[in-house]
Amino acid sequence: MAEPAKQDNTGAVTPKTEDGAAAGPKIGVFICHCGSNIAGVVDCGKVRQAAEKLPGVTVAKENKYTCSDLGQEEIIKAIRENGIERVVVASCSPRLHEPTFRKCIERAGLNAYLLHMVNIREQCSWVHSQEKEKATDKATDLVKMGVSKASMLQPLAAREVPVEPVSLVIGAGVAGIQAALDLANMGFKVNVVETQPSIGGKMAQLDKTFPTGDCAICILAPKMVELARHPNITLLSYSDVEEVKGHIGSYEVKVRRKSRFVHEDKCVGCGLCAEACPVKVDNEFDLGFGQRKAIYVPFPQAVPLKYTIDKENCLHFKSGKCLLCAKACSNQAIDHKMQDEVITLKVGTIIVATGYETYVPMRKGVYKYWEFDNVITGLELERLLNASGPTGGHLVRPSDGQVPKRIAFIQCVGSRNKKINKNYCSRVCCMYAIKDSQIINEHEPKTEVAVYYNDIRAFGKGFEELYHRVREEYGVEFIRGRPAKLTEDPNTKAITIRAEETLLNKITEREFDLVVLSTGLIPSPGSEKIGKVLNLAVSPDGFFSEAHPKLRPVDTAIDGIFLAGCCQGPKDIPDSVAQAKAAASSAAAPMYAKKVWIEPLTAVVDQELCVGCGLCVELCPYGSPELVPGEKGGMKARAIEALCHGCGTCAASCPQKAISPMQFTDTQIFSEIEAALHEPTKKQNGKKKAEAEVS
Amino acid sequence: MEAGAQKTDHEAVYEPRIVAFCCNWCSYAGADLAGTTRLQYPPNVRVIRVMCSGRVDPAFVLKAFALGADGVIVAGCHPADCHYINGNEKTAIRGDFLETFLDEAGIEPQRFKVEWIAGSEGRKFADTIKKMVSDLEKLGPISQEAAQDE
Repeated sequence: MAEPAKQDNTGAVTPKTEDGAAAGPKIGVFICHCGSNIAGVVDCGKVRQAAEKLPGVTVAKENKYTCSDLGQEEIIKAIRENGIERVVVASCSPRLHEPTFRKCIERAGLNAYLLHMVNIREQCSWVHSQEKEKATDKATDLVKMGVSKASMLQPLAAREVPVEPVSLVIGAGVAGIQAALDLANMGFKVNVVETQPSIGGKMAQLDKTFPTGDCAICILAPKMVELARHPNITLLSYSDVEEVKGHIGSYEVKVRRKSRFVHEDKCVGCGLCAEACPVKVDNEFDLGFGQRKAIYVPFPQAVPLKYTIDKENCLHFKSGKCLLCAKACSNQAIDHKMQDEVITLKVGTIIVATGYETYVPMRKGVYKYWEFDNVITGLELERLLNASGPTGGHLVRPSDGQVPKRIAFIQCVGSRNKKINKNYCSRVCCMYAIKDSQIINEHEPKTEVAVYYNDIRAFGKGFEELYHRVREEYGVEFIRGRPAKLTEDPNTKAITIRAEETLLNKITEREFDLVVLSTGLIPSPGSEKIGKVLNLAVSPDGFFSEAHPKLRPVDTAIDGIFLAGCCQGPKDIPDSVAQAKAAASSAAAPMYAKKVWIEPLTAVVDQELCVGCGLCVELCPYGSPELVPGEKGGMKARAIEALCHGCGTCAASCPQKAISPMQFTDTQIFSEIEAALHEPTKKQNGKKKAEAEVS
Repeated sequence: MEAGAQKTDHEAVYEPRIVAFCCNWCSYAGADLAGTTRLQYPPNVRVIRVMCSGRVDPAFVLKAFALGADGVIVAGCHPADCHYINGNEKTAIRGDFLETFLDEAGIEPQRFKVEWIAGSEGRKFADTIKKMVSDLEKLGPISQEAAQDE
């Protein structure tokens, strides 16, 4: 087999000594107890004793919490007093605290990249909690691997890159709008990309908001208008982000401006075209309850108030005739030949605010959403209650247009249900059902409302108070139990709910005129697309995952990309707005500083070893290595630092082993493999010999 | 030397040794998630973190076998989910090559696995390790002859 290069291409070679003499750099090992998280399983004393015997280790210490001030001070002290040159911290995942400890050793004057973290918590104590002895052995091995790699680490210089003071906000629901406005008000240029013809998102569809009863569109519309008029904001509605390249500071973004077949600059939103249009189709904004024309604005307060032709339904696209809209338009804004346009933006930071979708009840489900007219979803109810909705805010039931006198809500539809892989609580359904039961009673006093629930989660400010109020003031009945069966009276279209009322411990059958399914929140289809474009990590629930659940709630694992609103998980409007403001402030930080330091984990080509075969040039997904004439003749590969992302796929294929991805060089990885498999017993000698023969 | 003699003296039971190369963005994160959600799996695995599964030189895998690993896993992001656009496509190609190569060298196919494990798949990481440990326990220690042959 191929023997690893004996020499690290970065220069210095650290001789490894069998007897433990400190011929290489002095290594300090810091083993964290993490309270009892690690020490409760791993015998840290034993790990430390083993570490002390490893080659190069001059200091080995245990700390209760290495990340605490005291723990960090101890590292700094060891560097200053014992001349420690490489630091190994055995604690949690490097994905959590690597930046912390890099800063720590830097404070002591050591290069930040002379640190190696050994993961003995997430990948040891927490996963082997019942096997303490083996967990200790594993931790010992992992530390040995870490020390071995640490002895090979070389100082690296972080790269300073300029930050374009321009941001991109993807998605313009309430979260995206707020984030964009905050950044724009701070003085940054912001590009807002929204896939729909209008901004506003789901909030624009809602009637009133809990717990205060503010009208959703009344508080949202002014923000929508402000966004469209803001001198620092470029609104790209009816557009999709197709491709994103680059890194924090300079992302290059390709945006497809879908053709509206209406020139935005000429359309004044008068609506004459829609009056003339002979085609009527269901309006998605009203969830099929209302209708719109084939040329339309989704709702009266749409921003921008520009019409859009729905190509699928437009007669002209179907038959080549009609053009009544174009004739009606006095501004010649309509152009059926208009094409999509792809533009490129350069931005320093990106905020993802792609929102949510509501759960669609199952076709063959118990709740018969697809079979019974009078079973609707919570969002459909919002449209029926909304003054600018299809019924003008008059609550009627779909089957016959009559006012329902008895209404049931069924909670947790598409939430907290393992069978459909939606284990999570959607966090808003309890409160919107409670809020809607209040609004229903305001519209039609004395409507009987019953809510079938599992648990009522009224956790926010003013929520519990509203919960009590609807019970006391409007007599809303809360029935604990999940309905088992819904049947429809073929004549009256009334729905009978059969359920076990667990508080009464009996099975009841009750009849209602209208049943509302409180459907939960699921990731939007747009999120899935954007997630792929940006390479964002996704949580088990399908929403984007934040960099850290507690401490970095709006950051992603990718520098310069932030999350706001429901794309990160279900939340209500105040939480979405708060998160949007946090994302805006996080995105502002590097843009204010105008520069960031990015990790120097790039590939370096050894010009001596390179034979200029060009394989790396072919393999690199970023076009980083290029072939240039070498100093001593011939073509040689050279990595372009600014383009290199440090994946290391070039190095894995280099036949000459001429490429070293920093911190993941061949020598470093081979040393980890050796340490992982090197048994502490003398039997190893025989094996070593065998290995020597191979090489 | 005799493979049987490689068994640790202090334990009668055979403890397979597994080296897993995990990419930073998906499978290492998945392994971390297994930890944060306290999913238990056998402690036989030693994870080596790389930025991308595409970093894994086939020589790393061969070296691990040559040094006595009973099993090797290369874990990366799911196809089309690679943090580095398409590094995992190269992993897949190298994986196919390694499978053929190891087969010819007389190393059982259960000993080498390329797995796609997302950052959200803590369960899959734990299950992957469990499965390989149980496969290796059935298989017994690697034939040193075959491993050295490479």
